[in-house]
Amino acid sequence: MLKIKDLTVNIGTKEILKGLNLNVKAGEIHAIMGPNGAGKSTLSHVLSGKSGYEVTGGSVTYNGKDLLEMPAEIRAREGVFLAFQYPVEIAGVTNVYLLKAALNAIRKHKGLSEVDAMDFLTLVKSKTKALDMDEKFLYRAVNEGFSGGEKKRNEILQMAMLEPQLCILDETDSGLDIDALRIVADGVNALRSENRAFIMVTHYQRLLDYIKPDFVHVLADGKIVKSGGAELALELEEKGYGWLEQA
Amino acid sequence: MKTDTSWLNTFRQSDLTHFEQTSFPSQRLEDWRYTNVSAIEKKQFALASKIEQFDDNAKNRLDAFTLNDCYHGIFIDGFFQASLSTLPESITVCSIKEAATHHETLLAPVFNQAIESPHGFTHFTNAHFSDGLFVCINENSQLDKPLQIIHFATQEAMSATRHVVILQDNATATLIETFVGLENQTYLTSSVLEIFLRDNADLTLYKVQQDSDKAYHFGGTYVQQADNARFTHHNFALGSVLARSEIISHLETGAHCELNGLYLGANRQHLDNLTRIVHAKPDAVSREYYKGILNNRARGVFQGRIVVNEDAQRTDSQMNNRNLLLSSDAEIDTKPQLEIYADDVKCAHGVTVGQLDEKSIFYLQSRGIDEEHAKHILTFAFANEMVDKITVPSLHDCVFTQLLARFPEGAER
Repeated sequence: MLKIKDLTVNIGTKEILKGLNLNVKAGEIHAIMGPNGAGKSTLSHVLSGKSGYEVTGGSVTYNGKDLLEMPAEIRAREGVFLAFQYPVEIAGVTNVYLLKAALNAIRKHKGLSEVDAMDFLTLVKSKTKALDMDEKFLYRAVNEGFSGGEKKRNEILQMAMLEPQLCILDETDSGLDIDALRIVADGVNALRSENRAFIMVTHYQRLLDYIKPDFVHVLADGKIVKSGGAELALELEEKGYGWLEQA
Repeated sequence: MKTDTSWLNTFRQSDLTHFEQTSFPSQRLEDWRYTNVSAIEKKQFALASKIEQFDDNAKNRLDAFTLNDCYHGIFIDGFFQASLSTLPESITVCSIKEAATHHETLLAPVFNQAIESPHGFTHFTNAHFSDGLFVCINENSQLDKPLQIIHFATQEAMSATRHVVILQDNATATLIETFVGLENQTYLTSSVLEIFLRDNADLTLYKVQQDSDKAYHFGGTYVQQADNARFTHHNFALGSVLARSEIISHLETGAHCELNGLYLGANRQHLDNLTRIVHAKPDAVSREYYKGILNNRARGVFQGRIVVNEDAQRTDSQMNNRNLLLSSDAEIDTKPQLEIYADDVKCAHGVTVGQLDEKSIFYLQSRGIDEEHAKHILTFAFANEMVDKITVPSLHDCVFTQLLARFPEGAER
């Protein structure tokens, strides 16, 4: 589904990613771990099409297409979803309108008609309930005044509604207490399927107790320096990142 | 020269003399420094004449702006149209010419008393008004539904209207002023509204200026608020190529004044908003919130002044002006001013000028929404905060629809 080859990325003149390689197949869950400043957020931003990053080399192929050529909204319509580390508060725009506008944009891209108003409401209410969110959240402004946990749940709600193929979770566990973490993890686990892949970017292995990855990669100084199975996360938890950077 | 009751004619003559001497205001005047109105003079408009017949096109446009859940006072090219109007019977309301004769004891003592700083446009309006509405609501009375005053322009000409509204003690009412014209018509509409709110009276006034994009507009609202009187104004400047709006209110003890505004400029529109709130006596409260959105080469002006006189202890006043510039060629001149002569007061003011937030645009794009649509959503949301304050359903619908036309798919209908 996703092939990242020798990807190098600059912010300004500073090189952040220095030849990153990663292959993700449908149905797989990949965890990308690493110390602060290793380039984890840069990777998720570059994949989702955020501006301010200069790709200086390498390639990213998504379902056989050049992902880097696509504007951010086309990536989203093609099934790439970024769950933000810091979801943006948007005053005056209701959650329900954002969800509907996004869903319809994606449906249009797929050649489908606009979603029926009643079907939409039924769907969004059931997804909201599944994430233990009050329906009132739907009619509040996007993330405005939400707690950290509510914002992250809202990201998962959007993910559940838009049914992406490739989900990138950027530090989804940060700022979550244990109850919120469980709800978010349950939400993600419910979306696991053989057609969908996940990339979880995280500093701590805590999230991986709840969402079991197939692969764990260590990102340090702009490169993947070690890959392994779920057991690698435990090793990192025990030893920290220092031993890898020295290696 | 028009003929009026002698007392009114005295005003006309005096204002005509002033206007002939000074004409429209020049930019040398501090209050007019950001707005050049010389284009109006160059047009050499003739005064509009009364028309009895108008075509379907005009009729449809007028209908589109006539709100269904209101009373209506309709002025076409400045002339009162009794047969088209539906005025409430429970209050004193009639054309101002009629009132000059039949309600002289109510009207004559107040006429022109709220205009504290006359200038070319108030002189012009007083000298040349074809008609206007006189509204007086008795003590302890309430107007059961809003009264919409529609100013509809059809001719390539200039027209002026002159209104006076009195709310006696404890009276309450909602008024709507709508300014609209035939699409693409070039004209000048000038209107002056004086409002006298007696003790504890409560008036909510909406102004929707949706004149043609070639029109020139002047609208002045001058208010006297007696003890504990409440005045709430919602000002929507959407149309015309050059528009100046003035709201000036004078507050006595314990009065409450709320001014909300939205100016939405595109292309080469120039939208000037001057407000002045004078706290003359203690314990009055004022809240002012104006928002502007300027696109293309549009220019906005916000001059908001709060004056707190020496006597006005314990004044509580807040003024806020927020602007969104959608293009690098758009311009805003914003000048909030506090003039405080009392020592025990709570006054705050703030101004922001900015662009759409890049992070918010990207957030929406990352959900599949294209950049243009994302910008419409965010701009609509910025403006909608003011539209949301409209509590008359048909008016809310009307302004919401116009906003949606400017920013398609900015929100769900």
